[in-house]
Formats: sequence, structure tokens, C-alpha cells
Amino acid sequence: MAVMTPRSRLNSLSEPARQVLFYGLLLLAAFTFILPFIFMTGTAFKPPREVYQLNLIPRQPTTDNFKAVFTQIPIGRAVLNSVLAYGSITVSVLLFSSIVGYALSRLEFRGREFIFNVILLTMMIPGQLLLIPLYLLIVRFHLTDNLLGLILPGMMSAFGIFMFRQTFKTVPQDLIDAARIDGASEFTILTRVLWPLSLPTIITVGIFTFMGGWNDFLWPAIVIREQSLMTLTQLVTVYAIGGQSGGQFGAVMASSLLGVLPMVLVFIVFQRYYLQGIVSTGIKG
Amino acid sequence: MTELSAAPLLPLVMRRKRSNPWGYLFALPYVAHFLVFTAYPLGFALYLTAHRWDIVGNDQPFVGARNFQKLLRDDLFFTALKNTLIFLAVHVPLQIVVALALAVVLNGPIRFRTFFRTAFFLPYVTSGAVIAIIWTQLYAGDGLLNGFLKVLHLPPQGWLTSTTLAMPSIAIMATWKNVGYYLMIFLAGLQNIPPSLYEEANLNGATGWQRFWYITLPLLNPAMLLVLVLSTIGAFSLFVEPFVMTGGGPVDSTLSVVLLLYRNAFQFLNMGYASTIGVVLALIIFLVTYLQRRVVEQELTY
Repeated sequence: MAVMTPRSRLNSLSEPARQVLFYGLLLLAAFTFILPFIFMTGTAFKPPREVYQLNLIPRQPTTDNFKAVFTQIPIGRAVLNSVLAYGSITVSVLLFSSIVGYALSRLEFRGREFIFNVILLTMMIPGQLLLIPLYLLIVRFHLTDNLLGLILPGMMSAFGIFMFRQTFKTVPQDLIDAARIDGASEFTILTRVLWPLSLPTIITVGIFTFMGGWNDFLWPAIVIREQSLMTLTQLVTVYAIGGQSGGQFGAVMASSLLGVLPMVLVFIVFQRYYLQGIVSTGIKG
Repeated sequence: MTELSAAPLLPLVMRRKRSNPWGYLFALPYVAHFLVFTAYPLGFALYLTAHRWDIVGNDQPFVGARNFQKLLRDDLFFTALKNTLIFLAVHVPLQIVVALALAVVLNGPIRFRTFFRTAFFLPYVTSGAVIAIIWTQLYAGDGLLNGFLKVLHLPPQGWLTSTTLAMPSIAIMATWKNVGYYLMIFLAGLQNIPPSLYEEANLNGATGWQRFWYITLPLLNPAMLLVLVLSTIGAFSLFVEPFVMTGGGPVDSTLSVVLLLYRNAFQFLNMGYASTIGVVLALIIFLVTYLQRRVVEQELTY
């Protein structure tokens, strides 16, 4: 349609030949993006003697690497820690972002614009600036080696508030007024009128928050030292670079696969909402 | 819940324009969290730049501007800054070109769009730490990449062991990882361009390249600025990749500013100095992204 090479340019090639060339290149590009994942998965199922050979598909597949991982590190516990920590963060972000987003979009009060501007400003603060003082704060609260040390700083999200504010702005005033006349409290309006109308935003913000947290390494690496409290991403990384894997490369790839799999599945299921979220933040800029 | 028939009563409700106490109540959680987890740490970061603290004891002697003086004399800081600029120089242009090219392709009439989009996006939703673990092996001396070179009868490379190649290798990996994200920003920008412009250009006999240079690229300016600014901020935030892949080596050639900050804080327990690095890095990020905004917006007016 709009962006296609005009016939005059490539008319030395026939239409089918051009199609083959185009899709050939595109497949090659896609393969480049998938190859490291194929490599990781293949290696995870390789026996030790095949690990340093370059065949992508194991000739004699084995699950020994996974058995080694499960006996050497508490991977189930790490999944639980990640789900607990980032599940709590996600619930908190959804709840508070929608509450604050409602106040900023539909409730009149003095200082509203000021608060909104502060929120926009905080989105511009580079994370590294707060890293040290935030860590010292967590130390002061005695929350190192505690999942709360992961959860508390992440309970509020400027991005989430922004997204809910934009969504709530598009809800017709009639609906809100009608609920008020029926005697609904502001909180009821939020939960009964606005939430059901904002399902795409809820999913987008939820997925973004959950995945962003799940994939983070730096903050858990600072706050959590105790192995039984580590998040999945952290445990898998520490296992690979900390020497505990004893250089069993197959086991490292098996643990990496286990670390990656949950988010890949979440992405494939919720792809549409996730991509929509990026488009929304893009428009914001 | 849908009582749309209430419309005639609207004038009655319009009176509630004064300050609504519920507004304050609903904004309260954010304000409280902001004060504890943003405002206070921000202030404490600035306080620390003028103090020395090893976190073990309570002693926090005032040192004035000495942390900043130390920074200006710290060769490692300038090495880290230089490394970050090398990363930036490889990563940002490559990121823009690859993401834009793939966005143009995905915006066209192609089959299996979802498959290709998912493929390009997969690395972005994967943890950077795990990506770094995988690529360490791809880049290894006897890894997959050198295996390919061998098949092509090319000499093997020290992707992560050469001081000149290590940082560009990390930059290429980071580009690969983040393409999906920037591609979506470009795609959103492309879809905002009205098709009528292309139709008009077609009537005037413009070639594909002409349409790209004179219509697509100028109208993509806001998306371009966003990608430029975000990938620059990302470059200055580089940490997990060198931390996992090289530990900053060989010979500090992949030491990033954030890795230096991390070392000073958690290995040398020098909280004051680490905080100073953080503050200076934030200032550099503000300055660079401000300049980028100015330059791109100026181009927009011509």
C-alpha cells in the first residue's frame, strides 16, 4: 500500500522473485532475533559432551541439566518470591494509580495541577540518582533481605497514574454524574463505573509493571543477599556468574531458560495489550 | 451502572466545582509515597555528595566539595564516561536505523506480521541479565559466533576479550535486545502519517526513496526524538550487561558509569562518593537530552 517500492525501481526482477527476496531477508532478520533463544533451549537439553559443539539441536537430548539446577538452587522458591514481590507491586500500582488517576482527572481540588506536574517530573529522574539513598533508606527500615524491601519503593508508579488519568479523561461525564445521583461514593464510582470501562488500561499497566519488575536485576541484587529470598531473575543470574554452577554450561542455560520462560509466555498471551502500552507511552513523549 | 437518562439533571450537579475533599484523600497515597521514596532520597542524595559515609558506622563527616574534586581527578570516572560514549556512538545510530527499517517493513503490506513482530520483540521482554548470560556464550572464544566465522573461513574474534571490541560487542547486543521497543514507537509514528500525502507524492511521480526522505522522515520527527532521547538515557544507564558479561574488563574497557557507582557503593562502601557519581550522571543525562531536544526541534522548524 503506502510504503512499497515502486515498480520502476526493481523491474528487472519479476514479482514472485522480489517476494522471495523480500521474505527471505525478513526471515533471516527474524531468525537473528530468535537464534539466541534456540541456542539457549538447545544447549539446556544437551549432555555435557555436546555442550561445546555447535549443533543447535541436541543429538541425544537429556533433562540432566534441569535436574542439576533443581538440586543446586532453590528455583521454585525463587519463582514464589518473584510472584509474591511483583504480584504485590502490580496490585498496589493498579489500585493506587487508578485512585490517584481518578483524582487527577475527574475531581476538582486545589493543587491538582501541581501534583500532576510533580508526577511528570518524577518520570524524568534517572533511576541511578536514587539508587544509593533508596538503598540506605531500606537499610534504615531494616528491610534488606526482606521482600518488603523490593515491594515498598515500587508500590506507586508515575507511568501508571499517567495512563489511568488519560483513560479516565475519556469517560463521559454523564456516566459519573448518573452514579453520583444514585448516591454512589467516589470510591464506588471508581470501582463500579471506571474500572469496568478501563480494562485495556488495567491489563496494560499490570503487564508493564509485572514484567518490568520481574526482569529487574539491579535492585534485588542490592537489597537481597539471602539465597532463599532471591527473585528468579536474580537467582538465575547469580547462579550463572557466581560460580555455583561450577561451569556446567548446560545447567546455566537450563536455569536461564527457566528464568526467561514465564515472561515469554506472559508476553505471548498479552501481546496486544503490551504493544498498545508502548504506543501510548510513545504518544506521551 | 449505565444510567444515561440522568442527562436532564446535569445542571444540578454542575455546582460541585469547589475543592472536592475526596480529591485530597485520593491524592494522599501518592503524596506520602513520593515524600518517603522520592523526595527524601533525592534530598539525601544531595546531602551525601557533601559527606563521607561508609554505612558501617554512624560517622558522616562533612567534606564539602571534596567528593566532586575527587571525581574530577578520578581517572576511572573518565574511563567510564569514555566507555559510555563509545557504547552510545555504536548503540544509538544502529538502534535508530535497525528499528526504523523494521518498522517500515512491518507498516507495509506483509504476511505473517504477528510472527515477525513477536520475533523482533522477544528479546525486549526477556530479562537483560539473562540475555547477557546467553550472549556471553555466543561471544565466547569457542562460541557460536566464532563458529560461524570459521565456516566462512574468517579469523575468530575476541568479542569480549579485546579492549577495542568488547564495548561495541555489548552495544550490538543491547541494540538487538531493545529493537522491539523502539520499533513500536516508530510504528506508532508511521501510522500517524496521513496516507493522502503518499498518494499525492505518487501522482507527482516520486520514487520510494524520495517519499521516505521527504515525507516519512520529516513527519517522523517526534518519534525520532523520543527514540533518540530514550536510547541515550538507556546508554547512560548501562549496568547489567558489563556486570554479567565482563565485570567491566578487559582492562576497564567496558566499565560503565553505573558500574563504577555500584563498585564505589557496594564494594568500597563509599556512599558519599557513589552518590556524587549518581548526581553528576543525572546532570549529564539532563544536559545531553536537553541538547538533543533543542537540536531536533530546531530542525523541525526549518
